[in-house]
Amino acid sequence: MFGNLPLWPDSASTNAGNVDALYIFLLLVSGIMIAMIFSVLTVFAVKFRKRRGQRAQQIEGSHELEITWSIIPFCVMMVFYIWGAVIFFRERTPPQDATEVYTVAKQWMWKFEHKEGQREINELHVPVGRDVKLILTSQDVIHSFFVPAFRIKQDVVPGRYTTLWFRATKAGTYHLFCSQYCGTQHSGMVGWIQVMEPNDYEAWMSGGGSQPLAVAGQKLFSELGCVTCHRSDTQGRGPDLAGVFGKPVLLQDGRTVTADENYIRESILEPGAKIVQGFKPVMPTFQGLVNDEQLNALVDYVKSLAGPQSERPANSNPAAGGSPQL
Amino acid sequence: MATAVVSDSGERETYLNVGYGLKSWLLTVDHKRIALLYLMSITFFFFIGGFFALLIRLELLTPAGELVQSDTYNKLFTMHGQVMIFFFLIPAVPAVLGNFLIPMMIGAKDLAFPRINLLSWYLYIIGGTLMIYTILNGGVDTGWTFYTPLSTEFLTTNVVSVILGIFFAGFSSILTGLNFIVTIHRMRAPGMTWNRLPLFVWAHYATSIIQVLGTPVVAITLVLVALERLLHLAVFNPVLGGDPLLFQHLFWFYSHPAVYIMILPGMGIVSEIVCCFSRKRIFGYKAMTLAVVGIAVIGFLVWAHHMFVAGISVYAALIFSLLSYFVAVPSAIKVFNWTATMYKGSITYQTPMLYAFGFIGLFTIGGLTGLFLACLGVDVHVHDTYFIIAHFHYIMVGGMVMAYLGGMHFWWPKISGRMYPEGWGKLAALIVFIGFNLTFFPQFILGYMGMPRRYHSYPPEFQILNVLSTAGATILAVGYLLPMVYFLWSMRYGRPAPSNPWNAAGLEWQTPSPPPTLNFDEQPVVTWEAYNYDEIGEIPEREEIPVGH
Amino acid sequence: MDTSRAVADKPAHESPALLHHFATEGQQKNAASLGMWVFLAQEVMFFGGMFCAYLVYRYKYFADFGSGSLQLDIKLGTTNTVVLICSSLTVVLAIRAVQLGKRRALVFWLVATILLGLAFLGIKADEYAEKFEKHHVPGPSFSYHELIPGQGKLPAAERQYANPHHAEMFFSLYFLMTGMHALHMIIGVGLFGFLAYKAWRGRYTPTYYTPIENAGLYWHFVDIVWIYLFGLLYLIDRHR
Repeated sequence: MFGNLPLWPDSASTNAGNVDALYIFLLLVSGIMIAMIFSVLTVFAVKFRKRRGQRAQQIEGSHELEITWSIIPFCVMMVFYIWGAVIFFRERTPPQDATEVYTVAKQWMWKFEHKEGQREINELHVPVGRDVKLILTSQDVIHSFFVPAFRIKQDVVPGRYTTLWFRATKAGTYHLFCSQYCGTQHSGMVGWIQVMEPNDYEAWMSGGGSQPLAVAGQKLFSELGCVTCHRSDTQGRGPDLAGVFGKPVLLQDGRTVTADENYIRESILEPGAKIVQGFKPVMPTFQGLVNDEQLNALVDYVKSLAGPQSERPANSNPAAGGSPQL
Repeated sequence: MATAVVSDSGERETYLNVGYGLKSWLLTVDHKRIALLYLMSITFFFFIGGFFALLIRLELLTPAGELVQSDTYNKLFTMHGQVMIFFFLIPAVPAVLGNFLIPMMIGAKDLAFPRINLLSWYLYIIGGTLMIYTILNGGVDTGWTFYTPLSTEFLTTNVVSVILGIFFAGFSSILTGLNFIVTIHRMRAPGMTWNRLPLFVWAHYATSIIQVLGTPVVAITLVLVALERLLHLAVFNPVLGGDPLLFQHLFWFYSHPAVYIMILPGMGIVSEIVCCFSRKRIFGYKAMTLAVVGIAVIGFLVWAHHMFVAGISVYAALIFSLLSYFVAVPSAIKVFNWTATMYKGSITYQTPMLYAFGFIGLFTIGGLTGLFLACLGVDVHVHDTYFIIAHFHYIMVGGMVMAYLGGMHFWWPKISGRMYPEGWGKLAALIVFIGFNLTFFPQFILGYMGMPRRYHSYPPEFQILNVLSTAGATILAVGYLLPMVYFLWSMRYGRPAPSNPWNAAGLEWQTPSPPPTLNFDEQPVVTWEAYNYDEIGEIPEREEIPVGH
Repeated sequence: MDTSRAVADKPAHESPALLHHFATEGQQKNAASLGMWVFLAQEVMFFGGMFCAYLVYRYKYFADFGSGSLQLDIKLGTTNTVVLICSSLTVVLAIRAVQLGKRRALVFWLVATILLGLAFLGIKADEYAEKFEKHHVPGPSFSYHELIPGQGKLPAAERQYANPHHAEMFFSLYFLMTGMHALHMIIGVGLFGFLAYKAWRGRYTPTYYTPIENAGLYWHFVDIVWIYLFGLLYLIDRHR
């Protein structure tokens, strides 16, 4: 049904092949080590079994041997280390123009919000061959987003965003598991990744869904009164947010931080944590007044705001319907 | 060799017959009696933890969760972990074999602080009682790792009582470690220099350092969890500004070194057994002592390799992955040295040696899979899957429990004054080995395929491997029950053992079996190196072993 | 290495204090001392976990923790520090007394240590009571509306208040750390009470005063923990 071999998981992402190659290398080296040790043990067990008239020969040790069988395994391990580190670094560095999907985990389901507005529960549709980046947060406890076929996993932590990216290579349906114990229905918090050919995906996309995420965000921005302070003219009591995403921000205490998703989220929930230089600490907190989905919409809206020199905003999705303006 | 004190009934006075009442046991300060008190307690908890394991494996026979409800299953794996780790694995070798043997191995009459030794046991019993209370009062389902905010904000089970239980067990462990450190430093007989110590003693010295320095951290961390629950504090609650990852760092700062508490004593046992049954001094004594201390020290520096996907930075992950490879080197050295010890030896295959072979093989597999986990690219995929479960069971069960059983068989004549039945011993070892591999090898495959841990229902394609694993578990259970039966049988019907049925090196074998309360009539003066098998000579054949008295 | 170990065929009970499993009194004394040092190492790790949590949140919520710290009474804190340092002095004087064989002086200095310890606990209780009155005890009745440090020069409308959740975090750690310390003080006072009684009965001589020495080590450790607590809890951001 899913094309799985009974002993090996499906491979459906660019990452999977790399991880499998490293895993097979590890298996081979381990297999050789095990074979070597087992065969030596067996040979010794037979050859040096107790025999009448033959005594054991005491050998104190050998510095050369100790050094040799420390250094050689260590060098082999460094190969494991570097190869694994390279794969890991790539896994943790999403491409610049990946398609973003906001993911909210809660006991015991996965909620997905595409930027175009489609919402999905426990099922995520993605196209083959496109970089997809998930921006994950949890509403309650720590969960973990795990797709064996992609060989990727990322813990989903309450109170902050974590990210994960992949590029699917094969259409099909793949398991999604929660892999961080999260309570009663932990083993029921499962779903499917539906990888579709690009044409099928476009068809699915246009088939429904509410307003794009950034438009929903714009509505909230206005309804919650954000627009009264965060203005593009000099009257605003809050910093102008045009083009802020991805740029460094100078804070009151002299620190400089990068305005990523976590920064925007924190600024909404705990405005006093980082005051922008030149502004007063007058922003109220919205903790308890917005839920995680609304936060995602607001974050996406701010991300979509173009800078003053009308540069392309980072990570905007060309397929977004409607272009939000400040 | 020992001049015996003969009691009125004509029986030689030993630590076992010197008093028979309940008080003589419950108020004893004799390290050997305390070791037996521990033996009974940890065996009791081993079977409770094993019972939970059996229920888990039964549930996993079918993909759907049918045998028990979800909450019940969550309690089963939680309490299986808590009981096995805190009430069996951590105390087993140090508190039973370490307590019994270390004073004798260094030529002392007792540990440095005999009353603190008894206090350790009582603290363990209090902790164990709280654990039993937790189990009977509805259990706890946090997972043995207690991750927040699940354990602090979302669960309504007996979290505080189990934390108290673990807290007491932890202090029992700290005091045992403290006792061993002071004993090994201050109570060695004349001539017993550091470089003449048996490797069993070195292993317990390293273990004790970890116990003393690591356990307090998890103690205070769990206290924080308990107080957060009781007083609604916010130390780990993200809604109020707390950091769930702070819990993980504090927890793993102990719990990673804890796995070395669990394995180092077993390595000490294997060294003793391999030397005795190869009739050889250990290959590379210096390297072996450096290795155990190295494992203990580096073991404190690798904790965040449990957190590669938890949300730590890429740079932290890179550092901890590198350090995790460092700690693998001393473990590998030990495996090579044990193997080299057998070279040109004169090997026999009594039950302890079978367990030692099993340990070396299974620890090698478990340790090699650790290299997979230290590797960032692979760990992302297999973290929190059955691959991890297979890895740590290979080390803790295939390694540690086999070493423990090997040690129990090796020193059984000394402890009980009886020989165990050798044929049954070999049979049980074989059953354990087969059962173990059948249980846990399929789990490596399950893990790479993607079956997450702590799941009681799973997709149907995982079933075959789960069925194999459960079949293995039932075989393993038989293997563990057999020694229970024949050890008890031997206490009444086993052949009385002489002082040194294995012609082994080590001061403990210079005392009668079983020893008198104060171990030695005269304090020994050591003038020989450890493992002086060149002077001692051959191991006696079974028929040649004299009958003890 | 250790000249105190000797071959002993039968335990030569030179004094009733020698326990059965030790060969000499010197060995027994050394064992007891090493035992106390190892125990103190364990205590360092025990407090260390809390210090770690404190340092992490102090860094994260810099201003809010500064605000909380300013709420602590520095006069009382300083007094307590002086009290404890004096009590460490009385411990040392007690040891000196027993080394010189002066039983009454020994009892005097032990009792002085106890009194200073009780004074410390009394002042602490007073501080806790004040916190209770100001609703700064974490829990349902916690309420906090204070400025972050350094706001004095700003006009009233621009001053920033501390985040009450983070301030509650400060006070949680404050009560945890000082509470754990106070628990250790209480145990120490009890220990010294027992020692004072035994001393009055003449138990300790110039050749046997190991329990006093080891209890003194414990007491010094508790004193040092307080010095760190005082610095980290009371003195941060005072300059602002």
